[in-house]
Amino acid sequence: MRRFLRPGHDPVRERLKRDLFQFNKTVEHGFPHQPSALGYSPFLRLMAIGTRSGAIKLYGAPGVEFMGLHEENNTVMQIHFIPDQCQLVTLLDDNSLHLWSLKQHGGASELLEEHRFTLKGPPGSPPSATQVTAVLPHSSREVLYLGTESGNIFVVELPSFRVLEDRTITPEAVLQRIPEDNCNRRSCELVEALREHPKNPDQILIGYSRGLIVLWDLQNNKATHHFLGSQQLENLYWQRDGSKFISCHYDGSYTQWPVSSDNRQPEPLENTVPYGPFPCKAISKIYWQTTKNGLPYIIFQGGMPRASYGDRHSISVIHGSQQTAFDFTSRVIDFFIIFSSDPAAEFDDPSALVVLAEEELVVIDLKSAGWPAVHPPYLASLHCSAITCSHHVSNIPLKLWERIISAGSKQNIHYSSMPWPIDGGTNIAPDPPQRDLLLTGHEDGTVRFWDASGVCLHLLYKLSTVRVFLTDADPNDNMNALGEDEWPPLRKVGTFDPYSDDPRLGIQKIYLCKYSGYLAVAGTAGQVLVMELNDEDAEHVVDHAEADLLQDQEGYRWKGHEKLKTRDGPVRFEAGFQPFVLVQCQPPAVVTSLALHSEWKLVAFGTSHGFGLFDHQQKRLVFVKCTLHPSDQLALEGPLSRVKSLKKSLRQSFRRIRRSRVSSRKRRGGSGNASEVQEANAKFDQDALQEMELAPVQRKIEARSAEDSFTGFVRTLYFADTFLRDSSRHCPSLWAGTNGGTVYAFCLRVPPAERRMDEPVRAEQAKEIQLMHRAPVVGILVLDGRSTPLPEPLEVAHDLSKSPDMQGSHQLLVVSEEQFKVFTLPKVSSKLKLKLTALEGCRVRKVTVANFGSCKTDDYSENDLAVLTNLGDIQIISLPFLKLQIRYPCIRKEDVSGIASCVFTKYGQGFYLISPSEFERFSLSTKWLVEPRCIVDVPEVTSNNHVHNKSGTENAARKS
Amino acid sequence: EFRRFSLERSKPGKFEEFYGLLQHVHKIPNVDVLVGYTDIHGDLLPINNDDNYHKAVSTANPLLRIFIQRKEDADYSAFGTDTMTRKKNVLSNVLRPDNHKKKPHIVISMPQDFRPVSSIIDVDILPETHRRVRLYKYGTDKPLGFYIRDGSSVRVTPHGLEKVPGIFISRLVPGGLAQSTGLLAVNDEVLEVNGIEVSGKSLDQVTDMMIANSRNLIITVRPANQRNNVVRNSRTSGSSGQSTESSLPSSTPNILGNLQGEEESDEEDIIIEDSGEPQQIPKAAPTSESIESLSQIELLHESTQNGFLPSSEMNSNHSAGSISLEDEVPEPGRKSLEEDGTIITL
Repeated sequence: MRRFLRPGHDPVRERLKRDLFQFNKTVEHGFPHQPSALGYSPFLRLMAIGTRSGAIKLYGAPGVEFMGLHEENNTVMQIHFIPDQCQLVTLLDDNSLHLWSLKQHGGASELLEEHRFTLKGPPGSPPSATQVTAVLPHSSREVLYLGTESGNIFVVELPSFRVLEDRTITPEAVLQRIPEDNCNRRSCELVEALREHPKNPDQILIGYSRGLIVLWDLQNNKATHHFLGSQQLENLYWQRDGSKFISCHYDGSYTQWPVSSDNRQPEPLENTVPYGPFPCKAISKIYWQTTKNGLPYIIFQGGMPRASYGDRHSISVIHGSQQTAFDFTSRVIDFFIIFSSDPAAEFDDPSALVVLAEEELVVIDLKSAGWPAVHPPYLASLHCSAITCSHHVSNIPLKLWERIISAGSKQNIHYSSMPWPIDGGTNIAPDPPQRDLLLTGHEDGTVRFWDASGVCLHLLYKLSTVRVFLTDADPNDNMNALGEDEWPPLRKVGTFDPYSDDPRLGIQKIYLCKYSGYLAVAGTAGQVLVMELNDEDAEHVVDHAEADLLQDQEGYRWKGHEKLKTRDGPVRFEAGFQPFVLVQCQPPAVVTSLALHSEWKLVAFGTSHGFGLFDHQQKRLVFVKCTLHPSDQLALEGPLSRVKSLKKSLRQSFRRIRRSRVSSRKRRGGSGNASEVQEANAKFDQDALQEMELAPVQRKIEARSAEDSFTGFVRTLYFADTFLRDSSRHCPSLWAGTNGGTVYAFCLRVPPAERRMDEPVRAEQAKEIQLMHRAPVVGILVLDGRSTPLPEPLEVAHDLSKSPDMQGSHQLLVVSEEQFKVFTLPKVSSKLKLKLTALEGCRVRKVTVANFGSCKTDDYSENDLAVLTNLGDIQIISLPFLKLQIRYPCIRKEDVSGIASCVFTKYGQGFYLISPSEFERFSLSTKWLVEPRCIVDVPEVTSNNHVHNKSGTENAARKS
Repeated sequence: EFRRFSLERSKPGKFEEFYGLLQHVHKIPNVDVLVGYTDIHGDLLPINNDDNYHKAVSTANPLLRIFIQRKEDADYSAFGTDTMTRKKNVLSNVLRPDNHKKKPHIVISMPQDFRPVSSIIDVDILPETHRRVRLYKYGTDKPLGFYIRDGSSVRVTPHGLEKVPGIFISRLVPGGLAQSTGLLAVNDEVLEVNGIEVSGKSLDQVTDMMIANSRNLIITVRPANQRNNVVRNSRTSGSSGQSTESSLPSSTPNILGNLQGEEESDEEDIIIEDSGEPQQIPKAAPTSESIESLSQIELLHESTQNGFLPSSEMNSNHSAGSISLEDEVPEPGRKSLEEDGTIITL
């Protein structure tokens, strides 16, 4: 009979499952990995970023974002918005052009690729003939001008990408009007820049690489002016009224040129090498912005003295006597200026400088004195120091939320108060249902608090643990003591700083109690800090305690890193989370697990040697337990090599991703000769198989034994108020699970509140369970009499959870990497199990209890286990019967760092790193979905706009 | 010394009671003895557990001749050899028949003194080209001792011959369990692990599955050397000693026993209460077990073929409460439940 009751065939349950579970990757948070191009539409007030993997992302007002992916996964080289349109053109490194459109669909806008096009030369011409180097979308919105390496400028019609051959501007045509003694055919090689005249759309400025600049009349198809630059040209920019333009050059100089009707071959007005007289690097891009007060802004990238500052990534702003060279933390990809886009305005009046660097986005407020930076509401550089761990807390009480924000605002006073200048589009997504915090621990000893409630992952507050310790490089003497020279006037901007002073500072585990504001943070050198939220600055002594986890183990020598030295005496802490006690594990091995019970005022911590319990109310160590197997030499002697090479492996795995992307693309490409490709593929596969036979990878099949290394490694710690000794009285307990499949349970006696300070907390070992399959224990959970997981500490006290059922019998769920097992309590007998690995060959990497609500009815919700396996699959397993509900492929199994970084929320969402700087957000729930939903309205364009343009009275200014 | 006494055929009782009765009848309460009987073919067969005891009683016609020997001076070789008239009866495939023949004077202890380390199972339901081998890691100190690798094998498909990836045994560790059984060899293709097909699974997945099942590993292989295969419906067998002749269960029920071991050997997780003595964790109430078997059945359907034919026990060193089976093929419903146990609870 039983076989007919198989789960999965119950139609009621199947229907319910559809109402409960659904998998979506919803949004990418953070900063795009390897950005390669930048574009901006002053008309839409949207910014576009292209990446080396072929993604393009559009950002406007907070919450307005779009993403597209080029099928080819090729590097995006240039992005150009079509003037006054919801369209943009991208140029990839395979010389293909792509037209993207924002279209409204179902009440929201979507980014869609409409056309693609590759310029084809006449048969037999070299590829350079059609290699596009400069793109100019004309203000008529009808054509694109494409400058090429050959010096030809092709004209293609939009949106069809039809080449208008009769309108091609050839070098020969250009040279006709230029005296031969100044120029030859080679002067017209490689079009470096194309700029439309700001007032007269019939004129375009053509800059050739060798320095020749030509003003071309489109109506009459002839060059009206030519300008002979002596230096290799980098870029051009028109002054707003079209009477002058500026060119920048390879030697670090820029030159102003007049354009007048009487002189067909004008001499430069002014030639400047801003950082001369010694040889300088190229100025690759330049802006000339007019202002009401008459002093223009000259803003350019590069130009630093080659020998002494050639390694800087700088953008200089010159405004009258003010000059600053903003010094970026990574290579500058591109930048643009936000200025008055009102065509009727007489001056540019620039308001902000937006710089896309390789690792971060920096926006400078040009209106405020001192040119402060603007705090971006999105595109946060998650990786300004490498992320070492993450912790998610759902549904933050408003009070705590406000206190964190207030602490954070005190850290952000040096930012400009300017509203975010890139504000196109409208966010129409519903308000986030609750306040969620994502905490990231970093290699430099900081913890960042992110607002993870909505689409924009926004930094609220940054906590540094460094002040507690004495490090080699004191942060205070680092910044200004070096004493930069006064010239060039460099100023560091940006937060990206991947270089950690001391790897021991790295944060490994975080636990935040959202009700009490207690925060426990543990790090690489065995340090455990307990902190309290304080709204004021304070100066106090941090209490120290040592926890010797080796206790009676004699004769072992720790060969790993030393513990961090602490500061003596009081330490000044800024408002926010302030540490009040430091527990130092001995040996100072990396802390591998951490639990905090804010109601009992206890913190538990574990390393590869054992675990301990600390009473942070009385500041007293309650007990320690050594979990080492006597033969476990490796754990005794040194830190995990795995930890050491984390960064390396991250790097490698990203390299792998890229490589695999490349190879898959290579195989897909070339639709023209499909059969040939197939044949080649078949051959490749065959070769690969043969290769496999020659050099096989072997795997040893051996049962896990007690002698394996790191069996004592404490993987999980859990506090529970449950029936440990007998079924009549429940008591506080601490549970620990190790890598060797052992579970320890300690019975705790916590004095009642009124005597909490007087009597010591006592602990006694009550149980020890050895799982015979010896797989690492990754999760421990107690289910109450209703089979509901026990609530978090203080959850009941805050009326946010029903009190647990203490009448019925409790059950213990132990999750190892291979199996899920339910035992009865207090007498431990095995009740249920699910052997995941034996069946599917996958192992549990992450497991959390998540609450799933039905999208159909508000009153139904259930708790399930959300599980991520080593194959990157997500499985939902029911509680308490341990039945697999559903499975979704989520992360590629090769993406080890992605799998390792995954964190689940309590309501069926999750995050994992898709690159060092980006979190992918996903949802398993039908009810909790946080995804961008926005609309971009086309601002009113007057019907005679085009005519106006033609008449030369109006123009929307435009960037490269 | 001869004794003659009567037993109720329909209710023979347990072997232990019978053993006690014998000791009582012969007034040798503290002497360890070996008990044997002659079956209908005249073979001397041992009685040392409930199953062969029941078998013996059921075959008595009408008398059952029982032989009792003191254990210390027992002639073990008497069993099944001298008296055998028709065929070599393999007590268990760990007792190699050829060893036995060549060195008849080596005293080989009774099967009850052995721990099974490996067996060939399901001979009757598998294609002749396949072999299902069971390795009992539990209680042995020997390492499993083998390695697997990726490779490719040729399959017949509707589109002709195709090369498909597969998993192969790449190395046997000298002295390991795998090597000592002689049932696995380098380049054998692994087809299933504990009833689950490995095709479509990566090397790492298969590795994890094998390790997760390492206490009672059942691997179905296609041996690289196909010459030693069991030839069905024939008494002839491969000449090499490496291949174990597996007789059909119906004719020799005493072979290949110990399926019951898996329920037992299934991770008896150990609990230490209040720093007391380690104990094995008992199973909880049956209600939960039914749920468990549900999930097991589900699994069973994923794997195509794994009907483990329950054989009766050879060994008696299992605790009371073990599931004892009749010699006859059990009813189907029962069988499927047994299968579940075999697959899952390892």
